[in-house]
Amino acid sequence: MARTSAEELIKEKVLAVQEYSILAGEAVANLARRPRYVSDMLMQADFIGFGSLPIVGLTGLSIGAVLALQTSTTLQQFGSVSLTGQLVSFSMIKEIGPVLTSLMLAGRAATGMASELGSMKVTEQIDAMRALGTDPIKKLVTPRVISTVVMLFFLTILSDLMGLFGGFIVAVARLGLSTQQYWTSTYQQLQFPDIFQGLCKPFFFGFIIATVGCYYGVSTKGGTQGVGRSTTQAMVASSVLILIVDFFLTQLLIWIFGR
Amino acid sequence: MTPELDIISNGHSASKEVVLEFKDVELGFDRHLVLRGVSFQLHRGETKILFGVAGSGKSVLLKLALGLMKPDAGSITVLGQEITSMAEQDLFALRRKIGMVFQESALFDSLNVEENVAFRLMEEHVPLEEVRKRVVEALRFVELEHTLEKFPAELSGGMRRRVAIARAIITHPEIILYDSPTGGLDPITSTTIVELLVKQRDVYKTSALMVTHRLQDGFTMATHHFDKAKNQMVRVQNSEVNTNTSFLILRDGKVIFDGSGRDLAGSTDEYIKEYIS
Repeated sequence: MARTSAEELIKEKVLAVQEYSILAGEAVANLARRPRYVSDMLMQADFIGFGSLPIVGLTGLSIGAVLALQTSTTLQQFGSVSLTGQLVSFSMIKEIGPVLTSLMLAGRAATGMASELGSMKVTEQIDAMRALGTDPIKKLVTPRVISTVVMLFFLTILSDLMGLFGGFIVAVARLGLSTQQYWTSTYQQLQFPDIFQGLCKPFFFGFIIATVGCYYGVSTKGGTQGVGRSTTQAMVASSVLILIVDFFLTQLLIWIFGR
Repeated sequence: MTPELDIISNGHSASKEVVLEFKDVELGFDRHLVLRGVSFQLHRGETKILFGVAGSGKSVLLKLALGLMKPDAGSITVLGQEITSMAEQDLFALRRKIGMVFQESALFDSLNVEENVAFRLMEEHVPLEEVRKRVVEALRFVELEHTLEKFPAELSGGMRRRVAIARAIITHPEIILYDSPTGGLDPITSTTIVELLVKQRDVYKTSALMVTHRLQDGFTMATHHFDKAKNQMVRVQNSEVNTNTSFLILRDGKVIFDGSGRDLAGSTDEYIKEYIS
């Protein structure tokens, strides 16, 4: 009996991966197919991008400030407080900016997509769309994927800048550094590979957020309780996937650029 | 190809052209067979009423007819195309020739009535003036032309069902599938909906497959026709039945009856006699 349920569990997981892969593949393939649903894309971009500005900005500012505070205590031991800006910029731009922004967006957008599409699924609106001759993946999933990937890129830049600004406030107000000292150290050691690493990650993470959110939405079963379950699963799965992909992507980029 | 026509007793005409055919269709969920070798045909202009107790596979059958689900075995032919092996992308084109009214209406809750009814036309990039004209026409058919700006949440159950009918008929589909169109509605609203279905059958001669729990809806459809002059549904004279309407009964996933209203009334099968009594 236990063996049967273990087998079924494995089958279920393999099927889920297969269905997710098909959905993600279709969403990408639709980039080359008409119609393009530009207005849906802009509407999603407004919700995902403009709607996430406050939370992403605040998170970046707060993390930048905290980073400056935390690292300064260590740097003081070596008499290198002047390097605070460098540490903040390296951490924010290469790693914390893209990962944290993605996690924030996973909490806001992936759950939003899962609950919206999940509600449509349980009320047969997705079946109705198919019955009306419209491809729900083209109409609902592809615009969300494009909007999330594009907007996460810009949100990450905003988060990085807010993080640097947060570090600047602490460096000047608490650590006694001059404005020039801080900003010079933030950019003088930065090189193209560092910025490239930080700005290529959002494309992968944005894709994960949108496809996972949409996958859990369109595969919702079991009424309103199912919608709640899908929303939670979308948040957990997208966050875990972001962290796993981040590790391997960082490894790959370090191997390519050597830093 | 000109379809061969049968002239039938009450003056209506039905075609022998088959628009929908199920052949030995089987479907199961979780090792339980829901449909077991279901076979039937729907002819052009015919309305087939599908009866069966809850869980007998009626709604599933409609989803199979639309290609929303795939059978485990058997073949389904819709408008001359075998759909069980068709790719989803090809099915979208075919579905544009079929209308579907879902059990709970399945209106898009973030769109207003006008946008819901216009959905298919907007997808086909029909000019906006033409869209508006046809939306008003479809809503006038269901007597809801005053609700254009309302959202589904602001409508009653019966009104939502009528908007769903308007959405299904706006492109004048060749087949309409009704999934319990009167389910959960009061008797007066149900009669209004049935009258709309009779009107659609007799005015536009659309082929239809209708799932229902309510025997009286099926019998009303079989014993009435739409009088254009009076703009209302009237009883067929001399206790005749409308032979454009036939019945199909499912029991435990099998077809146990497929025939006219007259045959149904005269059936000697104990289960059927009990079911329609």
